[in-house]
Amino acid sequence: MLALTLSLALGTPAQAQDADVHEPSPAERARPDDSVAGSEKLLLTAGVSELEGAAGGGLTPWAVIGGYGTRDQIGASAFYTRVNVPDYHLDGAGALIGFLDRIEFSVAQQRFDTEAVGAALGLGRGFTFRQNIIGLKVKLAGDAVLEQDSWLPQLSVGAQFKKNDRGAVLEAIGAKDDHGIDFYASATKLYLAQSILANVTLRFTRANQIGILGFGGDRNDNYTAQLEGSLAWLLSRNLAIGAEYRMKPDNLGIAGEDDWFDAFIAWAPGKHVSLTLAYADLGNIVIKDRQRGLYASVQIGF
Amino acid sequence: MKAGSILLNALLLGVLGAGLTIGQFGRADENPAPADPALLPVFEQFGGKPGIDALMEDFMIRLIDDPRTRDYFAEADQKHIKQMLAEQFCVILGGPCTYTGKGMKETHARLAINEGGFNALVEDLQLAMDMHKIPFRAQNKLLAKLAPMHREIVTRP
Repeated sequence: MLALTLSLALGTPAQAQDADVHEPSPAERARPDDSVAGSEKLLLTAGVSELEGAAGGGLTPWAVIGGYGTRDQIGASAFYTRVNVPDYHLDGAGALIGFLDRIEFSVAQQRFDTEAVGAALGLGRGFTFRQNIIGLKVKLAGDAVLEQDSWLPQLSVGAQFKKNDRGAVLEAIGAKDDHGIDFYASATKLYLAQSILANVTLRFTRANQIGILGFGGDRNDNYTAQLEGSLAWLLSRNLAIGAEYRMKPDNLGIAGEDDWFDAFIAWAPGKHVSLTLAYADLGNIVIKDRQRGLYASVQIGF
Repeated sequence: MKAGSILLNALLLGVLGAGLTIGQFGRADENPAPADPALLPVFEQFGGKPGIDALMEDFMIRLIDDPRTRDYFAEADQKHIKQMLAEQFCVILGGPCTYTGKGMKETHARLAINEGGFNALVEDLQLAMDMHKIPFRAQNKLLAKLAPMHREIVTRP
């Protein structure tokens, strides 16, 4: 054995080499598609784009990394979301990039139109708050989809840097800041044998109405922990229905704030496009109670 | 007193042993066909062994048709692969079969397979199962048993 190793190392007798060299089969010569821009995640397993731009459900981020890129690929997606409730509407648009199924970078802008309420408050009809959000998410452990024999969910942490453009109005209603950072930790698991996906997110935030009404307030100016959850039932490879819940702080004395709920249906006819429709209950917003209505979102990507 | 402590030790060992056993076999690390008798109704939904054999025919056609998986199967012993996969799926679904193939690690060690390739195979299997009218929920019960094998099959990066 030593002699053989030595002779191989010295590159001598050809006979000994031939006996030891393995002739690769065609399958062994096969090479994977290693293009960096790829779409090899399984359908819908990257979630959709939540209201603030992160990959998730509609209202809350999930631990999954957005885009269809696998652990050796880069994926990306863009979205447009419209929420219509009786007295307001919200438009959101943004994009994200997922690197190596590990890091997600997202940008989003929200435009919250106060319609007639703006006039009633002396701001002017159709007065609009704009908020820009930069999001960062890092996967820490687990794999929500493939690790089906493990109890460990996929775990990620993230931050959302938010800046609102209506500082003077926000100050007048009692908000302490026009910008803030939300921090969150998410756990997501696909229970494939049950065709169910579950997500729990714990968010630390000072945001009023996710930041549209600024950050901190007269009633409370500290970070508080808020629980968010999503439960989805997979009906087929490209269709899921589910419900979400998002707890929110209640920092402003003059504008009571409620937790949010929705029931959704998400449809992905292919990896490049998905549509989400939801019925959302946003509770009280400023002076208008029972803000319930339609949430519609389209996402494109790879 | 001594007898009591021996009994206690035996109990502890038993509990530890059971824990280790669960720890070892709870994950599909080295078991290429983790049988689950509770899946027997799913086995019936697949049409039993004949249904699985028929599924393999269309699965292989899709694997060879798919540029992401073609090179791994086109010049391989397809008959043998189909037979081994059918045995494996049959055992996993609690069917009356014996898996005569090798372990997943051994059979894939020399192949360069990334996560995208693994998922491509899953997609081809899903399409084949759709073709054979296997209910979505039954498909997922099988896939849930196969998915952890990514640890042995995906060799890159």
